[in-house]
Amino acid sequence: MTRARTFAAAATLTIAAAALTGCVAKADAAASPSITVTSTDTSCDLSATKAQSGTVTFDVSNAGSQITEFYLFAEDGVRIVGEVESIAPGAKRSLTVVAQPGRYTTLCKPGMVGSGVGKAAFEVTGSRVKTEGADADAKKKAVDLYAAFVKDQVGQMLPAVTTFAAAYAAGDDATAKAQFPIVRGYYERIEPVAGSLSDLDPKIDYRELDAQADGIPWTGFHRLEKDLWQPAKDALNSDQSTPAWQNWAPSTPAERKTYADGLVADVQTLYDYVHAGDFEKNLESQGIAALSNGASALLDEVATGKIEGEEDWWSGTDLYDFTANVEGSKMAFSLVHDLAQSKGATAAALVARIDKGYADIEAKLASYGSFDKGFVPYSQVTEAQRRELSDLINALAEPLSQLTSTVLK
Amino acid sequence: MTETTAEQKGLSRRGLLGLHGAGAGGLVVGGIGGAVVGASVANAQAASDTGVVHPFFGTHQAGIATPVQDHLHFAAFDMAQDATREDLISLLKDWSYAAARMTQGLDVSATGAVGGSPDAPPDDTGEALGLPASALTITFGFGPELFEKAGVDRFGIAARRPESLQPLPRFVGDALDPGASGGELCVQACADDPQVAVHAIRNLSRIAFGRAQIRWSKLGFGRTSKTTSQQSTPRNLFGFKDGTANILAEDPKAMDEHVWTDGPAWLAGGSYLVVRNIRQKIEPWDRQQLSEQDRIIGRSKGEGAPLSGGTEFTEPDFTKKDATGTPAIDMHSHVRLAHPDFNHGIRLLRRGYNFVDGNDPLGSLNAGLFFLSYQRDPQRFVTIQRALRSDLLNEYIQHTGSAVFAIPPGAKQGSYVGAGLFA
Repeated sequence: MTRARTFAAAATLTIAAAALTGCVAKADAAASPSITVTSTDTSCDLSATKAQSGTVTFDVSNAGSQITEFYLFAEDGVRIVGEVESIAPGAKRSLTVVAQPGRYTTLCKPGMVGSGVGKAAFEVTGSRVKTEGADADAKKKAVDLYAAFVKDQVGQMLPAVTTFAAAYAAGDDATAKAQFPIVRGYYERIEPVAGSLSDLDPKIDYRELDAQADGIPWTGFHRLEKDLWQPAKDALNSDQSTPAWQNWAPSTPAERKTYADGLVADVQTLYDYVHAGDFEKNLESQGIAALSNGASALLDEVATGKIEGEEDWWSGTDLYDFTANVEGSKMAFSLVHDLAQSKGATAAALVARIDKGYADIEAKLASYGSFDKGFVPYSQVTEAQRRELSDLINALAEPLSQLTSTVLK
Repeated sequence: MTETTAEQKGLSRRGLLGLHGAGAGGLVVGGIGGAVVGASVANAQAASDTGVVHPFFGTHQAGIATPVQDHLHFAAFDMAQDATREDLISLLKDWSYAAARMTQGLDVSATGAVGGSPDAPPDDTGEALGLPASALTITFGFGPELFEKAGVDRFGIAARRPESLQPLPRFVGDALDPGASGGELCVQACADDPQVAVHAIRNLSRIAFGRAQIRWSKLGFGRTSKTTSQQSTPRNLFGFKDGTANILAEDPKAMDEHVWTDGPAWLAGGSYLVVRNIRQKIEPWDRQQLSEQDRIIGRSKGEGAPLSGGTEFTEPDFTKKDATGTPAIDMHSHVRLAHPDFNHGIRLLRRGYNFVDGNDPLGSLNAGLFFLSYQRDPQRFVTIQRALRSDLLNEYIQHTGSAVFAIPPGAKQGSYVGAGLFA
């Protein structure tokens, strides 16, 4: 499984950000003619690769054999600008967006799982259009897009974790080790959603000592991690006092299979949950605050967990998790960016501070690597450098904590 | 940094001008030691029986000549890497506004701990709710690196750096921890309630996020000096009275001669603060015979009188000898070496605190004196510290942290601390 979409290290969120809250302004309806999209099991063909800014409609026909989805991503390939789903074979559905000038990516996702097919560049030219519409529409649209983002991440995670777990079960440790931090990235980007499933998160993401403290069997990512990065006999666990080998031994092939199957099954449960109607309903009932709170919650994950380097104690891949948390946080923020900005001068200044906060932490993280090229092991990040990262997270988290009250106004 | 005005910050919505309408009606511009009893302040919170209030605005910053409070939280800050001159100015404005409120026993902003939107984190962290002002003073200072760091004049103030403001030289026996030394800005919060002092630093630190962050901070309990004649002389952790001969606020001549500096213009009426974190080797000290302890200090442990005789306030007579011809006060005692008579008449206003930070890995108390002294020129401290080179006390202490700050004069009503630096 390769990741088709990764964050560009210096991805800026200005491109097309306005489109995210762009409710369809009816008065603009005369803009571009609609673009037809034909989704098959292996391709995703568009009748045009360019459009004028303004209202753009994609008429998506499913010529394949599975239910399909169509996505319009911002240039970074992660942020969803618009999507339409549940298109049955032979059916046709439309996606209408107010598109701002910029570069985008389109793709179809037959079977609703994986990284999709027919990924292609799409360009919008012309001048910026003013987006209008009631707050309520903008908020609903933002929540819908966030739900789509979560589904997309979990949709990519499921096949990725299946491949990863298979390599682990087969004893192909080199392959499994290379995939471990990538697969976790999908999870970490949506951690507040996954973490809210109080039955599931402990099974998927508990660290050994937490599972012991909770009195539950230790399963999930970190169990696999410890097998893959087997500690020395005299090593200590993340509390720096419990011997690593206390109540632990490397998994037998049979145990490996059990843990691998368990992880895949748990991620399948997560997939089923976010693709069932309840998830979206639940998100909608929380409203726009789900996004602003989610953005903050992900930074809290960093501040309270990742910065200490205890999360990936055996693999040292903490910077992947750290970066994925920041990416997921920025995704949630970007969906309320324009809405928040429209709430007056004070709010606009707050948004500018948050924008700068993300830019600063992204630039610093990029100096340690990227998802594509790999990050340096966290053990090589000095105390002083951790302090720098912590300062940047604080500088971002403080204004971000004001976001909910701003967008709710 | 995009932060330019108090208005945008959200933490101080009323801005500086709003202060006049935000419960500051009873503010009195105070001079040296000017304490206003809470009852004269309009706000109910500050009007508690125990709530001594020291005005934030005035000729000098509070927290120097002010009667020494019982507790301290001191923090050294560094500006954010890409902070601008505007960030620095806005930070000092926001800090001044918050300090002017907190020193009256008010929340950090008008909406405070519980008066804001339920959908936003409260402006004030809330742990001082219901507590009186507790004589809180908040004193701000500027370290050498604020003016110029690695040759870069980040804030356009390098030319205004006083010549005297530079890191202290290395002294014999120094074992300085860089993590507990230096700092571009400092905040000294002193109060009679430790929770009030901690609340001040915590909230000022939060206001600073993105513009500045704490480099190190220190909690002190138990004052080790006095600055008014009404205060009793406290004891340090060696059990000796400390600060018997300190400069007192009632002696304006001594304050002018030794503490307040008169130049450069932006600093006139201010001072210099020297900070030394001094670890005391408690366990070996406690094993010394009483007579030996007295000899090392040069005073009696019980009364605090000089070993040449008299009472605590008797001037030491360094010429006095005992029957065998040995000086009554040892030539290398702490009192003698630090005395003005042997240091060109130099006196420091000391304002230090005891500290105990648990214990070290060997099980010894991590305890000591967080030494703070105010003087008109840091060179005066250097002179005395060099004189202490052969101090008998050196066997029982070790300096582990060091910093120096220029302390601007007090902020004028409606202005902010350090405004003169940017005028």
